[in-house]
Amino acid sequence: MAMNYNAKDEVDGGPPCAPGGSAKTRRPDNTAFKQQRLPAWQPILTAGTVLPIFFIIGLIFIPIGIGIFVTSNNIREIEGNVFMYYGLSNFYQNHRRYVKSRDDSQLNGDSSALLNPSKECEPYRRNEDKPIAPCGAIANSMFNDTLELFLIGNDSYPIPIALKKKGIAWWTDKNVKFRNPPGGDNLKERFKGTTKPVNWLKPVYMLDSDPDNNGFINEDFIVWMRTAALPTFRKLYRLIERKSDLHPTLPAGRYSLNVTYNYPVHYFDGRKRMILSTISWMGGKNPFLGIAYIAVGSISFLLGVVLLVINHKYRNSSNTADITI
Amino acid sequence: MTEALQWARYHWQRLIRGAPRDDDSRPYNYSSLLACGCKSSQTPKLAGKHRIVVPHLQPFKDEYEKFSGAYVNNRIRTTKYTLLNFVPRNLFEQFHRKEKKYIDQCWKDVTVGDFIRLSCNEVIPADMVLLFSTDPDGICHIETSGLDGESNLKQRQVVRGYAEQDSEVDPEKFSSRIECESPNNDLSRFRGFLEHSNKERVGLSKENLLLRGCTIRNTEAVVGIVVYAGHETKAMLNNSGPRYKRSKLERRANTDVLWCVMLLVIMCLTGAVGHGIWLSRYEKMHFFNIPEPDGHTISPLLAGFYMFWTMIILLQVLIPISLYVSIEIVKLGQIYFIQSDVDFYNEKTDSTVQCRALNIAEDLGQIQYLFSDKTGTLTENKMVFRRCSVAGFDYCHEENARRLESYQVAVSEDEDFTDTVSSFLSNMAKPRAPSCRTVHNGPLGTKPSNHLAGSSFTLGSGEGASEVPHSRQAAFSSPIETDVIPDTRLLDKFSQITPRLFMPLDETIQNPPLETLYIIDFFIALAICNTVVVSAPNQPPQKIRHPSLRGLPIKSLEEVKSLFQRWSVRRSSSPSLNSGKEPSSGVPNAFVSRLPLFSRMKPASPVEEEVSQVCKSPQCSSSSACCTETEKQHSDAGLLNGKAESLPGQPLACNLCYEAESPDEAALVYAARAYQCTLQSRTPEQVMVDFAALGPLTFQLLHILPFDSVRKRMSVVVRHPLSNQVVVYTKGADSVIMELLSVASPDGASLEKQQLIIREKTQKHLDDYAKQGLRTLCIAKKVMSDTEYAEWLRNHFLAETSIDNREELLLESAMRLENKLTLLGATGIEDRLQEGVPESIEALHKAGIKIWMLTGDKQETAVNIAYACKLLEPDDKLFILNTQSKDACGMLMSTILKELQKKTQALPEQVSLSVDLLQPPVPQDSGLRAGLIITGKTLEFALQESLQKQFLELTSWCQAVVCCRATPLQKSEVVKLVRSHLQVMTLAIGDGANDVSMIQVADIGIGVSGQEGMQAVMASDFAVSQFKHLSKLLLVHGHWCYTRLSNMILYFFYKNVAYVNLLFWYQFFCGFSGTSMTDYWVLIFFNLLFTSAPPVIYGVLEKDVSAETLMQLPELYKSGQKSEAYLPHTFWITLLDAFYQSLVCFFVPYFTYQGSDIDIFAFGNPLNTAALFIILLHLVIESKSLTWIHLLVIIGSILSYFLFAIVFGAMCVTCNPPSNPYWIMQEHMLDPVFYLVCILTMSIALLPRFVYRVLQGSLFPSPILRAKHFDRLTPEERTKALKKWRGAGKMNQVTSKYANQSAGKSGRRPMPGPSAVFAMKSATSCAIEQGNLSLCETALDQGYSETKAFEMAGPSKGKES
Repeated sequence: MAMNYNAKDEVDGGPPCAPGGSAKTRRPDNTAFKQQRLPAWQPILTAGTVLPIFFIIGLIFIPIGIGIFVTSNNIREIEGNVFMYYGLSNFYQNHRRYVKSRDDSQLNGDSSALLNPSKECEPYRRNEDKPIAPCGAIANSMFNDTLELFLIGNDSYPIPIALKKKGIAWWTDKNVKFRNPPGGDNLKERFKGTTKPVNWLKPVYMLDSDPDNNGFINEDFIVWMRTAALPTFRKLYRLIERKSDLHPTLPAGRYSLNVTYNYPVHYFDGRKRMILSTISWMGGKNPFLGIAYIAVGSISFLLGVVLLVINHKYRNSSNTADITI
Repeated sequence: MTEALQWARYHWQRLIRGAPRDDDSRPYNYSSLLACGCKSSQTPKLAGKHRIVVPHLQPFKDEYEKFSGAYVNNRIRTTKYTLLNFVPRNLFEQFHRKEKKYIDQCWKDVTVGDFIRLSCNEVIPADMVLLFSTDPDGICHIETSGLDGESNLKQRQVVRGYAEQDSEVDPEKFSSRIECESPNNDLSRFRGFLEHSNKERVGLSKENLLLRGCTIRNTEAVVGIVVYAGHETKAMLNNSGPRYKRSKLERRANTDVLWCVMLLVIMCLTGAVGHGIWLSRYEKMHFFNIPEPDGHTISPLLAGFYMFWTMIILLQVLIPISLYVSIEIVKLGQIYFIQSDVDFYNEKTDSTVQCRALNIAEDLGQIQYLFSDKTGTLTENKMVFRRCSVAGFDYCHEENARRLESYQVAVSEDEDFTDTVSSFLSNMAKPRAPSCRTVHNGPLGTKPSNHLAGSSFTLGSGEGASEVPHSRQAAFSSPIETDVIPDTRLLDKFSQITPRLFMPLDETIQNPPLETLYIIDFFIALAICNTVVVSAPNQPPQKIRHPSLRGLPIKSLEEVKSLFQRWSVRRSSSPSLNSGKEPSSGVPNAFVSRLPLFSRMKPASPVEEEVSQVCKSPQCSSSSACCTETEKQHSDAGLLNGKAESLPGQPLACNLCYEAESPDEAALVYAARAYQCTLQSRTPEQVMVDFAALGPLTFQLLHILPFDSVRKRMSVVVRHPLSNQVVVYTKGADSVIMELLSVASPDGASLEKQQLIIREKTQKHLDDYAKQGLRTLCIAKKVMSDTEYAEWLRNHFLAETSIDNREELLLESAMRLENKLTLLGATGIEDRLQEGVPESIEALHKAGIKIWMLTGDKQETAVNIAYACKLLEPDDKLFILNTQSKDACGMLMSTILKELQKKTQALPEQVSLSVDLLQPPVPQDSGLRAGLIITGKTLEFALQESLQKQFLELTSWCQAVVCCRATPLQKSEVVKLVRSHLQVMTLAIGDGANDVSMIQVADIGIGVSGQEGMQAVMASDFAVSQFKHLSKLLLVHGHWCYTRLSNMILYFFYKNVAYVNLLFWYQFFCGFSGTSMTDYWVLIFFNLLFTSAPPVIYGVLEKDVSAETLMQLPELYKSGQKSEAYLPHTFWITLLDAFYQSLVCFFVPYFTYQGSDIDIFAFGNPLNTAALFIILLHLVIESKSLTWIHLLVIIGSILSYFLFAIVFGAMCVTCNPPSNPYWIMQEHMLDPVFYLVCILTMSIALLPRFVYRVLQGSLFPSPILRAKHFDRLTPEERTKALKKWRGAGKMNQVTSKYANQSAGKSGRRPMPGPSAVFAMKSATSCAIEQGNLSLCETALDQGYSETKAFEMAGPSKGKES
């Protein structure tokens, strides 16, 4: 098609013959970058070159694995601070619509959000024309069993174990993310005009007697609001603090657990558990990590050996080293 | 492109027109239209076999309307040009009856039958028959570079009978009708006749036709009548239109994107079904089935349906939309690096590679078939006179050869010098020109004002645009071609030349120095036996002509004497001319100064010497004076002026420009000029040659028998001014001329014997030249008596005026003339191969690329060049397909095929060897190599559907295929055929406009920005300045681009699948509810920011093997041809790996945190972090080279991830409702488990790929991996290792089967076997057995492989390449 316009083409497309300014050429710069000659690390992955890597991995992973494994197994001894958990299984706290059903602004103490919760909270947003505080499905389904632990001593009179309510939530959650709405001294005043979630027995400002642990900053509530990642989970319930260095926190003996049963789980095939556990630098007890490390370390070591053999044989079969073939 | 439109119009017209008139003919026409419409190359033949054209004027109205319905107008959609710049350029004058003058019209309004008047430098809008030219000889010069790529001027002639008219043709009085062929795509043919009202017919030929797309040059104005317009023009019929190109890799990637879509749908369906089932268990549970705002719950079925779409939104990253963006960016980067490669820089033209298509760079790495033009692409398109043999003596022109070698060095100086000289000369010539013009305006002046205006116009334009023609003519007038250093031995013999030799024969000459006569004749033949147009650099050619000298060489001795006296007076009286010249130019003309003859003559007052010489030949002068008496009256003035310009212009003559139809002709003329046999001017009636020793000779041009490919020769018939005999000078291919030499000489035994000796010697020289790869031509002459000539002329006129089988008659007539020739000598011309072409072709061959040469040139030249550029090896078996009928073609092909197959079966054990692909690449020449030569005519048959398959099968056996005499359309059809039938990647490279359609059709079109305009470059995807750049472009950049991009694409798929699957696995633990364990912002940024730059950098900078190694081991290119980097199964393996890695990446944290109090985002955080590291380290494993840029980008990605996570985690308390990962990263950063999990996950995930790469590296390395070791070696070790590599290849005798596999069904196997001569012999015999058909025409050149017969034909006229 362009055939008819060759005259133009030649004028436009031809090399510009500027007789004066001949200094500027189109010669590309001869730089390492432009000529793609940048110094480069060119790894060649052969058995010989990577052998050390496998052995190093093996040598590092196996001790780590053993360390983790031992630590994890040591957790059973009930010394130091004991953490009391409640566990739920088959409870899908991670359901998408469940997870969404909350209003962080409300929980952060925003007064407008308190009286006008986010749409996400539907259908737990309003009840009888009053805004629900805290709104949403998560809050509505809050675990509300009460667990009490008693040591049954020799005198058959159960001694209640002191369960610490505070300190179970993340510091940032308690102090930054969750705030009670502003207002008067009285927490009830602050929550005026709101109603309690449908399933709750008490309104939010009556969760605890301690004003530092009441309302939105109630730590049980905060812990519940941090939705679990997996359908079987545990949540920290109480801390049992160690009293003195001399005695174990929970001395050996018979204990009784008193459960005030409010929270139904049977209709979704759920289960409730109570877990007492100490905690180490690596969290709760879990043998998986240690075993996995040991396994990977061993495999890596094994592979190292295999590669050593390959490297050896291969060098023998072609005596010309790894240059040509 | 325009096909549908055209079809529609035909249809419509037929229906409208056909209905009322002739109902019966309609269905027939309709069906014939249908049949025609299917093939684009065929033109619907509406007007029957012939087309009738009558002027589009009132008197012809009825008749015009009768015909005009079948014409297509000029309306062609142009996409490239906007209306603004389109309209003014293409306005032209068209005769308009009412106004009685020409008016401007747009191109689209031109229809058949219109009269068109065009001025100089205008582009011809339609094919038209030339009726008038302002040139007094009825000549019109056109430049056809827009059509065939040749930048020289061509002459077109006004229809016979119109040339004599002085005034412009008056369209109103035009009362003739034209009958011609119906539209076709043959550029080199036009047949028809013009019938006057008195039934007198005038033949029309190609010489009378102005083709659309050409430009009028050096002619003030022309008038023509349109015979073909619009789509029917030959230019358009040769144009197959552009094609949208998409790279093979991208097509491959597109299918895999579709697979990704499939995968997504499957995953989403899984989610939907899973959610439905899960929900059905807890339908009544408001915990899990949270009711809608209005209180009701939705059914599991509906929830599942909704979930499908939710999942699509969640997992849509699986479809790598960003892939396309990344691909574009990567391609830009790759193009940037290609363009900044300093190796592509050409100093001479100050140009580098030009990437015009941005989206197919990676195709460069997968080319399997290469189609190359010859002239200008493989060769420099600079014909250089190298050697000659006259009368049996070889003059090898040593000095000239030396000059050619040293040419490269001196080129810049030379060019500077010629510039100064030409500018000086133009200054000198300027005052002279007008005076000359005014003098001969008198006798001519029928329309003085017009003419004068025209001349001043041309002068002005010539000056103003002095740079333009100069650069345009660079093709044939560079010093390397024009400056020939004469051979000293030959010069010595020149000194013996005196006019005495032409004394009448009856005078007894003591032992006539026959050799000297031969030399004179030889050089005269070189100078005049051609169709060269003479022009001065800064003047239009007609200025050089001497109309007053027409047919009147020298009238009488007295006049000659007086002339010379006058001249010498004039010369001495204007010393400023001479003295001003010598010192001013400082460096004298390089040519002159190096010419011993000239310098010898200079001091010894040349005037006297020449005068005396002329005076010694009174008889011949007077005897020649008898021819014409009519123009006597103005000969005085004319002669004077002519001499005044031409004789002192002897130095000026060096500056004459010769524009020839083929560069060979120009080369010969320049060679003759070097021996002081200068072609001064040429008009249709006469040729003027300035012969040093004999003075100016004016040959009356009686006849020209132009070159054609059948005769392979051309002849001029002249009346020799000295002997006054009718002499035929013939120049042509040696094979032809040798046949035509006189067997029995009438002059007695001695002469005959001498001729025989000369013949033998010359033949030997010819063989010698051919071995050197020179284009050889034979020069011969024949002296005719007047009666003989008269008789021949009578017959010839009959042939010329006949219409039907004119070509046959003309051929016959030529045969009658060109016989009993006397051999004068032979020439060897070098069409110099471009620098580095043989090396490039060798490398490309080794790279497994099959190279086809498609050229419009003749067979001999093509084969010659093919050998010279190593396309064919000396021991290749050559098969030549040159048949005149389809049946013969088919039969010949099957015979050859059978032979080839038989050969292969005979040695089956060789075949079985070629299995192991992992063996070192093997040079191609281990097997039997075969070459196929096919001519354009035969190609036409081979391209027909029934023979296509056979043809392709045959070509697949051959190493190289050479198609000669191929038209542009055939070129593109060949490419199309190979591309579509063999499913291979094709590349076409060419430099001229005739390669445009081929360039457009091929997967990759490369234009060589050389001598022939910008057409090819404009149509190309890449433009290079020299052919040799192709090897680096393909072997290095192509390989890199391909591997880089394919690895990048695969990595992209991997990356997306690996990451998105994490989300998918989580669905199994959240009731398929579509929860994402990652914040949406992180999710978005993960693809957009954290992992986007590394693959792009990888795609741009990855270097699996260094450029040096790739160039040294072209075999590595085969991996790209086989698409090894990206095979269908590679995609699935990549996907599998991605699945594995995502599983690991999910389940290691899962088992770690199982049953713990971890929350959703805190669970997602180690997943994300581990995934990021896995994805980035995966890239490191896959990378073959890592520079600081890689490191920078990878570290930057990691840092940006952590920075974002920390800042986002700290700042975002209530933002991004309903939930956010507040303070999670900070918590994790303090948690050793987080690190342990990430490290473990990474190790497990990457271990398999790492181990695989290690094992591959040590156990079964690919050639690329092995070649990679080379990069680490020192130069010495490297050369040693290279030798070893090659040696291993040869030893194994394994022919890699790359082409087999890619070529699919056509089984190309190595063909071992000692000789194919046997094969061909039997093929011939076989052909003869079946030869009761028209097979006798089958030309199977038996001896070709043995003698390699380098035969060259004469000046290639109408050269299409």
